[in-house]
Amino acid sequence: MSSSPLLSAQSLSHYYGTHLAVNNVSFDIYKGEVLGFLGPNGAGKSTTMKMLSGNLAPNHGQIMINGYDLLRQPKQAKAHIGYLPEHPPLYKELTVKEFLYFCAKINLISSKHINSAINIAIERCGLSDMTKRLIGNLSKGYQQRVGIAQAIIHTPAVVILDEPTSGLDPIQIREIRHLIRDIASEHSVILSTHILPEVQMLCDRVQIISRGQLIFNDTTTGLNKQRQASNLLCTLLSPPPLAALQQIIGVITVDTLNPTQFRLHYQPEINPTAELLSRAVTQQWQLTELMPEQHSLEDVFMNIIQQESSIVEQTI
Amino acid sequence: MFTLARNELYRLFLSPLTWVVLALCQLLVAYLFLTHIDFFMQVQGKISAIPGAPGVTEMIVIPLLNNAATILLLIAPLITMRLIAEERRNNSLPLLFSAPLSILQIVIGKYLGTLSFFIILLMLISLMPLSLSLGADLDYGVIASGLLGLALLVASFTAIGLFLSSLTAQPTIAAVSTFAFLFLLWIIDWAGNTQITAETSNLFNWLSLLRHYEPLLQGEVNSSDLAYFLIIIVVFLTFTIRRLDAERLN
Repeated sequence: MSSSPLLSAQSLSHYYGTHLAVNNVSFDIYKGEVLGFLGPNGAGKSTTMKMLSGNLAPNHGQIMINGYDLLRQPKQAKAHIGYLPEHPPLYKELTVKEFLYFCAKINLISSKHINSAINIAIERCGLSDMTKRLIGNLSKGYQQRVGIAQAIIHTPAVVILDEPTSGLDPIQIREIRHLIRDIASEHSVILSTHILPEVQMLCDRVQIISRGQLIFNDTTTGLNKQRQASNLLCTLLSPPPLAALQQIIGVITVDTLNPTQFRLHYQPEINPTAELLSRAVTQQWQLTELMPEQHSLEDVFMNIIQQESSIVEQTI
Repeated sequence: MFTLARNELYRLFLSPLTWVVLALCQLLVAYLFLTHIDFFMQVQGKISAIPGAPGVTEMIVIPLLNNAATILLLIAPLITMRLIAEERRNNSLPLLFSAPLSILQIVIGKYLGTLSFFIILLMLISLMPLSLSLGADLDYGVIASGLLGLALLVASFTAIGLFLSSLTAQPTIAAVSTFAFLFLLWIIDWAGNTQITAETSNLFNWLSLLRHYEPLLQGEVNSSDLAYFLIIIVVFLTFTIRRLDAERLN
């Protein structure tokens, strides 16, 4: 990881009229990183993406891309970003190749390199069989690929993808995710989405944005840690009395889900799994299932958002 | 910038609307051309005796160019309406905005692309009167000045259409408002004729597109008329740039 970030956003804010859509958001992205931007609909994800791509000027704040100020030196800065908006910007009456040629041209690729640039983009996005098709006749998944091809054609330092998998079927989603991982090997990627597993699969770092504010910024591993819940689910065919389970060191409470199934809440510092196992063996509880429970990503997400809003409310 | 212009022109010719407009425009001009020739044939015998009588150029070419201006007034909105409105509707504007292009380049590129379409159309139109040179003596100076006038007129139409297209996401609204605006500029000197006050009539006369086109048709190239057209073009292109810039700020 190099010391200076490729893209650095400093205290971005944007108002739509009087509505504060993005409030004081700052972050950096480094070379080779995949940054996930996560948030519910209307949280300000797309607005942030628009600002990063130069489609919307922030009311406050600064965006530096590869050392160029996006507001002061827009041309140099924009040469280093590729942007795929929520709706892919395509000319439906052009063929894939014509469209990519145009994109290469407006992104100032010299005519010497233009053909190789187009071919590389086509190949990487799996469009080789579609080059002569009209964009308007392609399926949504392929249109999305053309959109991605358009964003990477000038090999920008940072690729900004706004909800790249929305509206696609599961197979297409898988393919697009695969493509994004592939792109990430050469570019830094900023990805916005409201789908949590996607972030977990694709991203190195996660930022959660809610109501225009950045409320969580950590690595994906950090997010996973938040998911560790202190619960054990176990099935005992000949269960002991509840009190016996409760005596195990560390266990706080025991829920009986049904006569043979129990959920044990334990103190996070003391994991009672080993103790439970040895007792189950010696006392023949006939243990058939033992599973540490994880919070689903959705739970974590909701937790973080709710924690934040309660803090905000308290401070008010 | 020129890439953008070429792309614009290329995409224009991919649309069936463009071909239909070209064909129908040609058809109408051809019909008018024939009626003018017909009329000229009828009166030719009577006026040939009069010294200094109007010739082929005055009787056929000039009225034809005048009519062509009216036809262009009708079709210009149809061509310019899609320029920005349709891009906005298809959400394809971010493609241009996130490319290393300034708004100025985007606007000028689109303008030049559409203008070259109209220049092609004008060349097709001018072929008809020029074909008369096979059998008659033409006053090429007057024709050149008339064509220059028509080109400037169309260039102003395009600039106005581009601006109105940048205001909306509905091509139809852009077309209707462009037509209304152009038509208003066309007839605005009618108010001047009713002699309300001398001052307003002067202003309205000055604003009228027609008033600046007619001298050029007569072969008079006044720098004030040229300036008028250039002002219209520059003003509306600037408005378009400002408008797109404002969109980015909000």
